Amino acid sequence: MTPPYAIFASSTRRATGLFVVIALLCLIISDIAVTTLNPWHEMGRLMWGIVTPDFLHLEQLSTALLRTLAFGFTGVAIGSVSGFMLALIFHLRFVRVFCAFIRSIHELFWALIFLQFFGLHPLTGVLAICIPFAGVFAKVYSEILEEADQTPHKLLPQGSGLISSFVFARIPDAWPHLVAYTSYRLECGLRSSAVLGFVGLPTIGFQLESAFSQGNYSEVGALLLLFYLLIATLKFWVRPKLIGIYVLAAPWFLGSGLPIIWGNVARFFTEDIIPAPLRDAGLSGAESFNQLLLWLQDIFIHEALPGIWNTLVLTQIALVATGIVTLITFPLISRHFGNPTKRFFGQIVLVVVRSTPEYILAYMLLTLWGPSMLPAIVALALHNGGVIAYLIGRQSNELKLRMDAPTGLNRYSFELLPRLYGPFLAFLFYRWEIIMRETAILGILGIHTLGFYVDNAIQDIRFDRAMILILITALLNILIDSISRKIRDRLRLKSASTCEA
Amino acid sequence: MSSLQLSNIIASYNGKQVLGPISLDFRSGECVALVGASGAGKSTLLNLLYERTKSRAAYIPQDLGLVQTLSVFHNTYMGQLASHSVWYNLTTLLRPRKKDINEIAPLLKRVGIEKKIWSAVGELSGGQKQRTAVARVLHQHAEVLLADEPVSALDGPKADTVMRELITTYPTSIIALHDVQLALKFAHRIIGIGDGKIVLDAPSQDLCLNDLKDLY
Repeated sequence: MTPPYAIFASSTRRATGLFVVIALLCLIISDIAVTTLNPWHEMGRLMWGIVTPDFLHLEQLSTALLRTLAFGFTGVAIGSVSGFMLALIFHLRFVRVFCAFIRSIHELFWALIFLQFFGLHPLTGVLAICIPFAGVFAKVYSEILEEADQTPHKLLPQGSGLISSFVFARIPDAWPHLVAYTSYRLECGLRSSAVLGFVGLPTIGFQLESAFSQGNYSEVGALLLLFYLLIATLKFWVRPKLIGIYVLAAPWFLGSGLPIIWGNVARFFTEDIIPAPLRDAGLSGAESFNQLLLWLQDIFIHEALPGIWNTLVLTQIALVATGIVTLITFPLISRHFGNPTKRFFGQIVLVVVRSTPEYILAYMLLTLWGPSMLPAIVALALHNGGVIAYLIGRQSNELKLRMDAPTGLNRYSFELLPRLYGPFLAFLFYRWEIIMRETAILGILGIHTLGFYVDNAIQDIRFDRAMILILITALLNILIDSISRKIRDRLRLKSASTCEA
Repeated sequence: MSSLQLSNIIASYNGKQVLGPISLDFRSGECVALVGASGAGKSTLLNLLYERTKSRAAYIPQDLGLVQTLSVFHNTYMGQLASHSVWYNLTTLLRPRKKDINEIAPLLKRVGIEKKIWSAVGELSGGQKQRTAVARVLHQHAEVLLADEPVSALDGPKADTVMRELITTYPTSIIALHDVQLALKFAHRIIGIGDGKIVLDAPSQDLCLNDLKDLY
C-alpha cells in the first residue's frame, strides 16, 4: 500500500502549498536585483554606526523623541475613545463599512491627504493616526465586548437602565482585554508616529531620514537605539495610574508646526479633489461624463493596474517570506530550545525587528541596495516575521511536552510545529491585509506599488488622481481582508482578535 | 402573585426537541424542587420560565452569571441596580456608600462570605462564587426565585444554611436540585423530569427517597 503524500493530507497543508507556489511564481516575475555598486560596504558602515551611536545632538534627538511620543499618545487616545463609541453601534451595517473603509487607508496616506490642506500643522499628524486607529479599535473593541460572558447582563433586574447595565455587567470583565489591546496598539501608534516624520512631521522619522541621507550613520544608530529603548521599556513607564497624565500632557508637546491656511482647506474640497474633467465648466453634461470616463480609463490602465499588479506580487512574496522568517525565528524565544541566555538574546533580536517599522527598514535597505523589490520583501518579512514569531514563541512556551520528548530538530518538527501550525497560519493570514497595506505604502519609497502612483500624483499636484488611487488601494485592502477571513473560516483557524499583533 | 402557568411548551436545540410538550401550574407561596438526571431538561425548563417571568423573578443560572472582575459587594449590589439612578450606580462602582455596605455586609454574613466582601469574584472558590450569586438574589427581593443547583458546590451544613436563607426570602421558588435529600427537606412539591418530560409531580410529604431513585 502506498502511503498518502503528506503534503496533500490536510487542507491547511494544501493552502500552504498553494500560497508557496503563488509566491514562487511572483518571485520569478519580480525584480529583486541589488543595483548599488557596493552594498555590503554601506551595510558595514551602517552596522558600525549603530554600534557607535552618536548622542552629540541630544537636544535634537530628545525633541524628536518627545514629538514622537506626543503624536503617538494623542492619536491613539483620540482613536481609542472614538473607536469605543463606534464599537457601541458596531451592529449597524453602515458603521461596520465605514470603519472597514477608514482603517484600510494607511496612516501615511491619511497624512498625505491632510498635508495638502492643513499643511504641517499638528492636526495633520494627529488625524493621520487617530482615524485609521479608530477604525481598528471599533472592530476589535466590539469583538471583545461580544466575546465576554453575556449572562450577568441577562440576569439584571428589569429596568436597570442602559448605562448602569453596561458599566456593571459588560465592561468589568471585558476591561482587562480592552486595556491589553489598547496598550498593544499604543506601541503600534508610536511606530506610526515615528514613520510620519518621513512626510515632514517633527517625529524621529524626520531626523532619521536626514541623518541617513547624509550618511551620518552614528546619528541613525542613536535614534534607533533610543526608539528601541522607548518601546522596550514601555511596560515600565506606561502605568495605569500615569496614563491619564500622559494623555492630558501629550497635546501640549505636539509643537506648533505651521498655521493652517483655511483658503487651502476650502480649495482642496471644492476644486483639488474634483476630477479634472468635471472642473471644466464649459463642457455639457454628456461631454463631461465622456471625459470623466476617459480620465478614469487613463488612470486605471496607466496607474491603477500596474500599481495593483506590483502590490499583489510583492504582497504574496512578502507573505510567504514572513512565514519562513517566523518559523525560523520563533525557537529563539521558545523555552523548548536552548538555555535562558539564548532566550534573552532572542528576545532582544525580536524586539528590535518588531519595533523597527517596516517603512524605516525598507527605507534603509532601499538606500543601501538600490531600488528593487528585494529591500521591501526583506523589510516586510523581518518586521512581520518578528511580530508573529514573538506571538508563536510565547504560545509555544505554554505547551507542555512529555518528559522523554525528542530534542533538537525532531522536537521542532514532531512536537512543536504540528501543534503550532494552526495558530501560525491564523496569525499569518491575519497579517496578510496588514502586509498589503504596508506594501502599497512602500511605493512612496520608489517601488512601483500603488503608493508610488499616489505619491507621483501628489507631487504633480493632481489630487483628484491621488484620491482615486487611494480609494482603489482601500478597496483592494478590503478585498484581501475578506478573502483572508474566508480562508481562515474555511481552514477553521481561530483568529484571536485580542492577542493579534 | 398570580400563579404561573405553562401549557404545552416545547424547547428545541439545534433542531432537536429537548423539552416538552410540558404543561405545568405553579402556585404562589409554593417551593418547588425540580429533580432528574443531568441532561434531563431541568436547566432548559428554568431558562424558559425565566424568559416568561423576567420582570418579577430573580434567577441563579447554573453558570451563576457573575462579573468575574467585580468584587463580591458589587456583584451583590447588582441585584438592586434597577432601584438606583445611573449616577448613584456609577459612583457606587468607584466608591461604595456606607448605606449600601451596611445593607449588603449582613447579607454576606448570612451566607458565610462576609470576609470576602472586597475580593474579586474571579479569585473565589466554586462554593464562594455560588454564595455570591445567592447573595445577589437575596438582595434583589423579587417575587419569585428561579435557581439552578444553587448549592451544588457546598457541603452538607453549609448547603442547608444557604437553602434555608433562599427559601425564607423567597417563599415562592422553583429550584433545580440534584441532591434529592435536600429536595425532600425543603420543597413542598417535587417535579421529576426525565428525557424532557414530566415523570413525577407530587407533594414532597407523599414521597420518600426510594420514589426518587428511579429518576437517576
